[in-house]
Formats: sequence, structure tokens, C-alpha cells
Amino acid sequence: MVDQPPPQTFTGNRGLVIEEPLIFEQDMAGRTGVDLPEPAKGKDRLGGLRRKTAIGLPGLAEPQVVRHYTRLSQKNYAIDMGIYPLGSCTMKHNPRLNEKMARLPGLGDLHPLQPISTVQGALELIDRLAHWLKTLTGMPAVAMSPGAGAHGELCGVMAIRAALDHRGEKRHRILVPESAHGTNPATAAACGFEVEPIPADHRGRVDFAAMQAKLGPDVAGIMITNPNTCGLFENDFARIAEAVHKAGGFVYGDGANFNAIVGRVRPGDLGVDCMHINLHKTFSTPHGGGGPGSGPVVLSAALAPFAPIPYVVHGAEGFRLVEHDDGGASFGRLKGFHGQMGMFIRALAYMLSHGADGLRQASGDAVLNANYLMASLADEITPAFDGPCMHEALFDDRFLKDTGVTTLDFAKAMIDEGFHPMTMYFPLVVHGALLMEPTETESKDSLDQFIGALRDLARRAKSGEAAAFHEAPRLAPRRRLDETTAARRPVLRWHPNNAQGRAAE
Amino acid sequence: MSGLKYTKEHEWISVEGGVGTVGITPFAQEQLGDVVFVELPEVGRKAEQGKEIAVVESVKAASEIYAPVSGEVVEVNKGLPDTPATVNSDPLGNGWFFKIRLADAGQLAKLMDEATYKSFCEGLH
Amino acid sequence: MRYLPLTEVERRAMLARIGAPSIESLYRDVPEFARLPEPVDLPPHQGELGVEREIGALAAKNMGSAAVPSFLGAGAYRHHVPAAVDHLIQRGEFLTSYTPYQPEITQGTLQYLFEFQTQICLITGMEVANASMYDGATATAEAVMMANRVTRRKRAVLSGNLHPHYREVTATHARFLDFHLELGAPDPAGAEDLISRINADTSCVVVQNPDFFGNLRDWRALGEACHKAGALLVVVVTEPVSLGLVEPPGAMGADIVTAEGQPIGNALSFGGPYVGLFATREKYVRQMPGRLVGETSDADGKRGWVLTLSTREQHIRREKATSNICTNSGLCALAFTIHLTLLGEAGFTRLAELNHRAAVGLAERLDAIPGCRIVNASFFNEFTVALPKPAADVVEAMARRRILAGVPVSRLHPDRPELANHLLVAVTECASEADQDALVAGLKETVHG
Repeated sequence: MVDQPPPQTFTGNRGLVIEEPLIFEQDMAGRTGVDLPEPAKGKDRLGGLRRKTAIGLPGLAEPQVVRHYTRLSQKNYAIDMGIYPLGSCTMKHNPRLNEKMARLPGLGDLHPLQPISTVQGALELIDRLAHWLKTLTGMPAVAMSPGAGAHGELCGVMAIRAALDHRGEKRHRILVPESAHGTNPATAAACGFEVEPIPADHRGRVDFAAMQAKLGPDVAGIMITNPNTCGLFENDFARIAEAVHKAGGFVYGDGANFNAIVGRVRPGDLGVDCMHINLHKTFSTPHGGGGPGSGPVVLSAALAPFAPIPYVVHGAEGFRLVEHDDGGASFGRLKGFHGQMGMFIRALAYMLSHGADGLRQASGDAVLNANYLMASLADEITPAFDGPCMHEALFDDRFLKDTGVTTLDFAKAMIDEGFHPMTMYFPLVVHGALLMEPTETESKDSLDQFIGALRDLARRAKSGEAAAFHEAPRLAPRRRLDETTAARRPVLRWHPNNAQGRAAE
Repeated sequence: MSGLKYTKEHEWISVEGGVGTVGITPFAQEQLGDVVFVELPEVGRKAEQGKEIAVVESVKAASEIYAPVSGEVVEVNKGLPDTPATVNSDPLGNGWFFKIRLADAGQLAKLMDEATYKSFCEGLH
Repeated sequence: MRYLPLTEVERRAMLARIGAPSIESLYRDVPEFARLPEPVDLPPHQGELGVEREIGALAAKNMGSAAVPSFLGAGAYRHHVPAAVDHLIQRGEFLTSYTPYQPEITQGTLQYLFEFQTQICLITGMEVANASMYDGATATAEAVMMANRVTRRKRAVLSGNLHPHYREVTATHARFLDFHLELGAPDPAGAEDLISRINADTSCVVVQNPDFFGNLRDWRALGEACHKAGALLVVVVTEPVSLGLVEPPGAMGADIVTAEGQPIGNALSFGGPYVGLFATREKYVRQMPGRLVGETSDADGKRGWVLTLSTREQHIRREKATSNICTNSGLCALAFTIHLTLLGEAGFTRLAELNHRAAVGLAERLDAIPGCRIVNASFFNEFTVALPKPAADVVEAMARRRILAGVPVSRLHPDRPELANHLLVAVTECASEADQDALVAGLKETVHG
């Protein structure tokens, strides 16, 4: 069967995939998509600072704008469309009820600085969510304000530093497993710590002996993900925590993989002092093409006094927002206003919908789905470690040895099959890693189709079809893009003097 | 190119008249992939053996370049930032980064010769 | 459970394939003592109706600012968002998509971010902008840290009229990264002298325009003084609609501009999620934190976009990253760019003009109330009123009349008794004539009651 190239079209469009220019290329002077009344004439009070030049924004009417963004959306893969097996991202279904709740009058339209007497319901909502988070993790306190997972990491590590400063101790090293997500060492460095990497053992877990050897009076603590980025539960977690505590350090838990254990294991029972939770992972708030997220941090009694402002307190006269430290030990403010309220509403709606029983079922199904993937692929695609795994399955590129096909090529071929690729080349401790997290909202039918396609791709890679893999993807809105030129000669905005958007060289 | 010396961080140095020319090795440029950016030290900068002195970036990785010897930077490859691809195409020649006047020629003894560097690279995964 | 598709029959078949007796057995690596035997002590699952009732009950306890006359600003502003914006951002391909790490199947996200970056450059008058940050306050802290890196200095001067949250967030970072902040005292008249505070250790001077009290200032002279001393000028904009009418920071010599993007396209939402804007000069682009989208072409020569200059970021640089940031505020940036696209040049400039007109008129009326005085000489759509009694009490009394009269300065500057009588009043195109009449009448009675 000969592969015919697709027919050329006048428009460059291919059926439902429409080529869409930039908004700047559709400009008509004076045109607008919003009707506003004519302003009255009068003196201004701008201190002589009225703008002297045009801004250069393009003018489009509403039909064109709707068409523009509709066409753009059609070039995006999404959870609503198919399985999104990115490891440690927990791309689960985003319930639409949550969107409706976030937009309720009396929630969506609250200004953050309204008098506290007019927002008691909002503070109660934050308090209720906090209660769920504390109960699920077995921790006594939670900082709600961090705006994303990495921001939550900053919060946790800052709390540790504040606690050490309070003790008068100068510990300048933090232990970070080599398998850790890049935000962990970046966060430690952002708080003035030196990073001490810890290797993994042959089972993919933190090497306990190596970790213990690095403990000392200058170690502030350890940042540890559990389940870890290899998708494995750290069996020795409680022992590690005990050893770190004995040496006077703190245990920061990266909660990115909480979806594996929510409702079944409480990190507080294992000895964490603080743990950030990604509401946009475990608790389904939408990923939105790259944010916004929300990263509340549960805190132990030892760290709670240092929590950032603001925080909600519940007293006899109702709910209050503590916005100033007034001689307390808080390490300070991390973000403007109070936190990602829009994500709090969505996460609470998710928790109320699932309940304690549903959350427990969800984590169990997440782990079941990942193990089903692992068991169904293990003979064609090499698992990195012996099972069982938790909520994600890690493979390496040994199955591609001598085929001329890399992990990257394999991933690009998945695109033509209608799937977003899994996470590639992470964690770094495994060669050519393929990390797949299906989540609990994938049906068995969806998994079976995914498995079938991957098995077929693996067979084709091993039977010498490398050339086809190098050409992939061929059916996506764009082929592989030249990232080298993009970095060597960055074009980071459209320029009016060149139709192609590249400044004259 | 006589008597190139190599470091564990994959820099090479070629010394003539007390001044060493420094670049990164073919092995290093292959690991990095397409180089997109280089950051060179200022002329006059004092370098310390083993400490950061320059930066090389590819699409997927960024790497510090460490001074193979201590001394003073006397010249930099001014054209390199505009043509970073030269690091990939000619790492031992036109892809040189900077020249350094050695403070202590004895430090060269700590570096690897060609054969030792070759087996060092083979030993890496 | 409606979100969990697996049935018992399927679970059994899957366990058989795995060769495990039960789901519990898959947790064998969890130590016995840590395995919870039953669900935690929280309520069981609910249908949509139950959830709507519970959350609806919480909403009903609040006074929504859309339901009453509302004049609140101080860093978050209510503007009318066209209906199309909320529909478009809820398309599943935008709402439920991920960071565009696989550009072949995320050109939608990449193109709108490229357009967003361009729009930010246009309205701020700067050369390059990133794909957004968490919010204006964290963006400002990142700007100071960037200025420290660029100048290799450790002392930043912050205007006393910078939004207190922005100052506090920057101070938190300063504490942990060991750089120093020199803080000015708040000055409602907006006359502080910052030029005299620049010295050879200064990495940057941070000002806000319009400032926290609403004042507009020409920062050109300060910019020149900064550059002469080798320091950077950072200009913060908490109300970007002002850029439709006011000289942009880029024209004043700003080296970095940070802003809060919430007022365009995004709901107030009790303070979050918001979207930080960040722009700078092209020569500093490699020191800029956050994601960047760049133009390129694909294997067929077609124009497309990719995330670029990623080696600054945490997932590659790890402990040497420019910042630990892993996300932008994607969906909020999308709402911003769609709203701004609908407005266009004509709409954006007219919107700004309407806001200013309304503020000029309202300021005059409030100034005429006996005992009340407008403090500012200049402003955009927010100004400071000096009342004859504590502003916090006045605001509470007005709230009982179901009017959100403004933000008492004491809420954000509790340690400044001399500012206790000052009230920040913001007026946008959302405040009708009737709303403004209610404010004026209510204040007249309340300040003298």
C-alpha cells in the first residue's frame, strides 16, 4: 500500500483543521468587538501624562474573534478529547460542575478587600476546604495562599528555614533525591540552601544508606516525593523521616503524586513536616493550558507557627482573615491577596462530589489503571523496575535498543495515533524514560485502545520501521518544529514591519 | 594541535607560550545537542581552576564551563555568540571559547591527556 | 460514582491480567501501620444537586460586588467582561489542555500566548514579554531578583507608594535570598524623592504607576538617574486599563514592567486566580523568569510556535534556574488576551477614557462633601479621599447600607495612624449613575452621622 501525500488545497486548510493567522494580521483600524458609549468631553486629571502615540492593538469584531479562538482551540489536544498520560501530572477529568460553582454570584464576584462582614461565606469555604485537606493528610495546619505547586514548595521550604532561624541554627544543606522534579532543587536554591543529591537504589527508591551518610548538623532536611517520580511507594519513608528528625532536620513532602494514596494513606502518619498539594492534580482543578494552579501546604505543629499570611481563623464572632503578622512568627506574605479562591471552590466541589468513599475509590482505581497498563505492556515495552507500581508506570528505552528509534520518536508516533505522549526523559535516573499516568477517570475501553496502539508501535519500532518514526508526526496540525532556530534567533513577538513576524536581520 | 589536555567536565585546553586556549570537547557538544547560546567571560576576569567561567546552552540543556586552570582571561572568541553552531561543527578549532594566561603551569599535570580522556568517556554510560 | 468509569466486572478482569488478588494488594509497599482500614472521617459522596446546595449556601452568605454599588480597587478592579470571553475559555480544548510541551498538538495554546506576549509589549511599550506569571505581586518580586542578577547588586529601593502586598512578597524573598530592600514611607500626595536614594549598590528602583493612592507620575527623570548609576527602573502597573490612556512605562525608561492582568478578562474571584504580566528589554531576555513562546517553522516549512529559551527554567537548570516557577497562569492569560482582542485599539482607548471621565466626575462630587477632600492632583480611575473620621468605620457603615464604598487604606497600612481616615475609591465603567448617586448620598450621611 503506497502512502499518498494528502491533497493540496487553495486555503491551506485540511478539512476541519483551519489555518488561522495572527490577530495582528486581521487588523482593521477603528474596528472593535465591544460597544462602549461615547465618553463625555471634559478636562482630564492625568497630570500631563495622556498617551501621545497609538498602541498598535488590532481591531476585530466579535464574529472574527470567536472564530479565531475557536480555530485555535481545534489545534489543541485536551483531556476532554482523549487520554493524557503525562506522569505526575494527574490529567484526570475536569468536572463541569466545578466551573459552574466557581462562577456563582456571591463567589466569583467577590472583591478580596471587601469588609470581612460581607464575605463570611467565602472564608467559611476556605476553612471547609482546609478541613478536608488536613483530614486527608492527617496534619494539624494548612497554608492556603501558595498559587501553584512550585509556589507551595517555596512555602514549605521557607517555613523550614524560618523554623531553623527561630531555633538559631544555621543548617545550609538540603537533601534532594536525584529522581526529584526540577522544581525541588530550584526551590531549595531559591531559599538559600545548597542542594545535596541522593542517589536511587536498584529498586528505584531513595538509597537509605546513602541518605543517612549525608545527615549531619548542617542538614536542614530532605525534600522527598512519595510515591516517588518512578511511580513507586517509598517503603522506607517512615524510617527516613525518623532519621532526618533525629538529626534535627525537617521532612518536606512533595505531594505531586498524592492521587495514588488519597483517602488510603495519610502523609502525616509517615512523618512529613510539610507537604504541598497540587489542587490541579489530585483535586481536578483544570490545567488550563498551563495554569492557574493552586498549591496549599499542610504543616506539622512544629512548622505551623511560621505559616505565611494571610490565613483564616474561626472565632466566636465568625471568620476572620489574619493579614498582618503583629509580632508573630510568620515568615511573611507569598502572594497578593488571599490565594486561588477560584481553584478552592472547584476543589471543594470535587471533594464534596466524591466524598471520603469516592476519594478512596479514585486512588484505588488510579493505581489499578496504572498497574493494568504496566502488566499489559511489560512484554513489549521494558518496565524500569519490578512492580507493582502506584498510580504511574515507568518504562525505559531498553526495548528500543538498536532500533534507531528513540523515546522521542516513539512519542511523536503516538501523536499520529491520536494520543498525547506520556512524559519523556523524566525522571533522570532512568534512561530514555517513558512515564505514564492514566488516572482513575480512564475507562477500561480507553486503556485497551491505548495499550493496543502502544504494543503495535513497539512491534513496528523493533521490526525496522525507524524511518516512519523519524517522520512522525505526519497527521497533527504541525509536523516537528525547529526548536534550535527558535532558541538561536528568538522571535518572541509579532513585529508590524514584517509580515512573517521576524524582525529584519 | 599538540598536547591537548582534558578535564572531567569535558573542557579541553591547548597551551602555547603560557597562554591556554579553552573549549569543550566533541563528546560534550554531542551530549548537549544543537548549541543555541554561549556566554563568555569578560577579558581581564580572574579564573580559578575548577570554578565556573562560562555558560553553554543547547535546546534541552544548559551547562557551566569550568576553568581548567587558574589565571587571567586575555581573549575571548568574539564571533562565537553570534554563531553558536560552531561549537557543534568545530569544537576543537573555531569553536574555542576563551584564552587564559596561566597562573601556574603545574596545574596542567592534574588534567587528563588524550588517551586517558578517551577511556574516561568510554567509562561513562 | 459519576466520575469513575470502572465497573466491578472490569476491575476483576484487570486484576486478573495484573495477577493481583485485590486493589489493596497493590499497596503492599505501604507499611501496615500507615494503611487506613476505611474511608477517612469526612462526608460521603453527593450528587450535583447536593453539592450545589452546599456551595450555594456558602455563596448566599456573601455580598457579591456585582449586586451592589461597588467602588473597590487597591489592586483588583471590576470591569465588564464580554460574554464571549467566558464561553471561549471554557472550550474543553483550552480548559482541559496542558502546558504546550508537545507543540505539534498544542499550537492553539502557543499561538494565543504569542499574541498575548505581543499585546503586553504593545500596551507597556516594552520589547519582550513572557507568557505570564502567578500575579502582579510575585511578578514584582521576580523582577527585583532579576534586577539583582543583571546588575550583580543586592540593594533594591522600593517606593513607599507601592502596593503593600507587592512590597511584602518582595520582602519575603529578600529575607531568604539575602538581598536588601530600602523601603519608602507611604505618601498619599505622591511626592516622594527616590532619586536621592540611588547609590552604587542599587540594583533597581521600584515604582508603581498609577501608585497605590492613585497618583500618576512621570518617571523619566528617575529612569535616567537609575541608568546613570547602573541600576534598573522597575515600573509596576496594578490597573492595566490605565495603559489605554496613560503614557506607558516603556516611554519613561522602564527596564522591567510588571503588572496585574486581572482587570482585563478575569473575575475578581476573592483575590485569585490572577495573572502576572512581565516585560523587559530584549537584551535581558535570558534573565527573565517564566515561560516564553517563540516563532519558528515545522518540517514542512509552515509557521508555528514553540516554548523556547527553556534552559532558564527549573526542569533543565534545576538549582541554577532563574526561578523555581513551573507554571504560568494560562487560562487567565487567555481570558486577558481574548478580552483585549475584542476591545482592540478603539475599544481599549475608549474604555480607559470612560473610566477616567467617571473618576473625574465622582472625585469632584466627593470633594464637595463637607469634611471630605480628594488628596490626589492626578489619577486614572482610583483616588484617595481624606474623610473626617476613620475610613474603616465609614466602610462598615456603608456596607450595612449595601454599598461597597471603597478600601480603607488602614486595611493595608495598619501601622500608619496618620492614614486611618484615608479611603481608596475606584470607579469603573461598571458603576452606573445611580450607583454613584448612592455612594455620594450614603457618604454624606455616614461621615456626619
